[in-house]
Amino acid sequence: MPDLLGYPRSDGRKGIRNVTVVVYMVECAHVVATAIASPYADDEVHVIGFGGCYPSPYAHHMLEQLCTHPNVGAALLISLGCEGFNRERLASTIAASGRPVNVLVIQEAGGTRATVAAGRDWLASTRASLAAAERVPMAISELVVGTICGGSDGTSGITANPAVGRVFDRLVAAGGTAIFEETGELVGCEGHMSARAVTPELGRQIESRVGKAADYYSKMGHGSFAPGNAEGGLSTIEEKSLGAYAKSGSGPIHGVITPAQVPPTPGLYLLDVVPEGDPRWGFPNINDNAEIAELIACGSHIILFTTGRGSVVGSAISPVVKVCANPQTYARMSEDMDVNAGRMLTGDGTLDEVADELFDVTLATAAGQPTASEGLGHREFVLTYKSSEPAGPSCLPTLSLSVR
Amino acid sequence: MLIAAALLRAGETVTGPDGPLTVIQEVELGHKVAAGAIATGQKVIRFGMPIGSATQDIVAGEWVHTHNLKSDYIRTFDHRGGEDDA
Repeated sequence: MPDLLGYPRSDGRKGIRNVTVVVYMVECAHVVATAIASPYADDEVHVIGFGGCYPSPYAHHMLEQLCTHPNVGAALLISLGCEGFNRERLASTIAASGRPVNVLVIQEAGGTRATVAAGRDWLASTRASLAAAERVPMAISELVVGTICGGSDGTSGITANPAVGRVFDRLVAAGGTAIFEETGELVGCEGHMSARAVTPELGRQIESRVGKAADYYSKMGHGSFAPGNAEGGLSTIEEKSLGAYAKSGSGPIHGVITPAQVPPTPGLYLLDVVPEGDPRWGFPNINDNAEIAELIACGSHIILFTTGRGSVVGSAISPVVKVCANPQTYARMSEDMDVNAGRMLTGDGTLDEVADELFDVTLATAAGQPTASEGLGHREFVLTYKSSEPAGPSCLPTLSLSVR
Repeated sequence: MLIAAALLRAGETVTGPDGPLTVIQEVELGHKVAAGAIATGQKVIRFGMPIGSATQDIVAGEWVHTHNLKSDYIRTFDHRGGEDDA
């Protein structure tokens, strides 16, 4: 088992990467931000941001949590100048966390070329100072791991997803934190899931939040279900849910959180990604990366991404470990995958063996080993308009109930 | 419900919970085969949990998918933008 070393942060959390984020405050600043970061394509400089010109409390909260995420060491904010995003408030939050931060306003800096030059100068000096950052010992209990499935098929629920479930059981038993998600992809599992809640009230919350998700997606006229899911053998949302649910393992569920809400104690958490009330901003998450961004904003150091059809995405900020459920997909796309869970179907391994391999890969990733998607340069990031309210006390364990 | 761990050919015999089962049509990896008969309107069970209801009578060994199974929650879309004509 590798010894973990983490970058210490002022809030007590530790990072397994030391990323500098270049953040566009509106789409109009996106190309400039990308140009600033372009010399660092193979380095830990990632572009994130928000495209909208109108203010969004959700996007602001997301970017606050992302810019002060333990895997982030510094932030450069790129503003056009006239957009609604409160750049100064975001900058002061980042500065208060002790991280180097700078704001460049394109309209004041003199346009594209001048802003790119100023941004690259700041990046060069900041990267040099981050290179000297000392790492400190980090325990498994300090790790937060999120999971998502993307491009699921009929194999996902019998290979990769249960393997993640075993890893979650081990991680939580070791005192760590595990987050599974997408209430809209747990439709049909609410009864079983609520029985795993640590309190009856939390169980009721889980049932009502999955009910809310089913209602929300029904009003949208489309479940969280893509055509590829059906081509891969999944017939209904509840069948997809049943497979997705296996990622949560078998242990007690300690709490429910909402996007950009960091779990207060270690344990197993359900991330409820569906907004309250009637649909207002569209689908809860427009694609897998919108969901990954939310898992990361909840503090996930690593994302375990299971796929049957074959996804290639990674993410800005936190490494994505790709667990391939389908042996035929693995044969076609092995370069994009970290773990071949589909070998269970070809007689080349058991669920326990795949789970052991995935646990080892997760720790090696935490110790600094690049994942397949990191190596291939995947740095996807998606953030759109949405509303989100933090889950209240009935959803969260109190410190006295914390898992040991 | 049985899940194909590899491509199954029509007429192939597999081991079901109640003994040998003849697969009626070709079934791709990850797709489902009925382990027993299911009547129209009856719940379809996978790993002990209902995954929807049968929209027509299904016999043992038959491929089960969107043509004979529908969600009890939210309808399923495919690349043609709608539910299969069942």
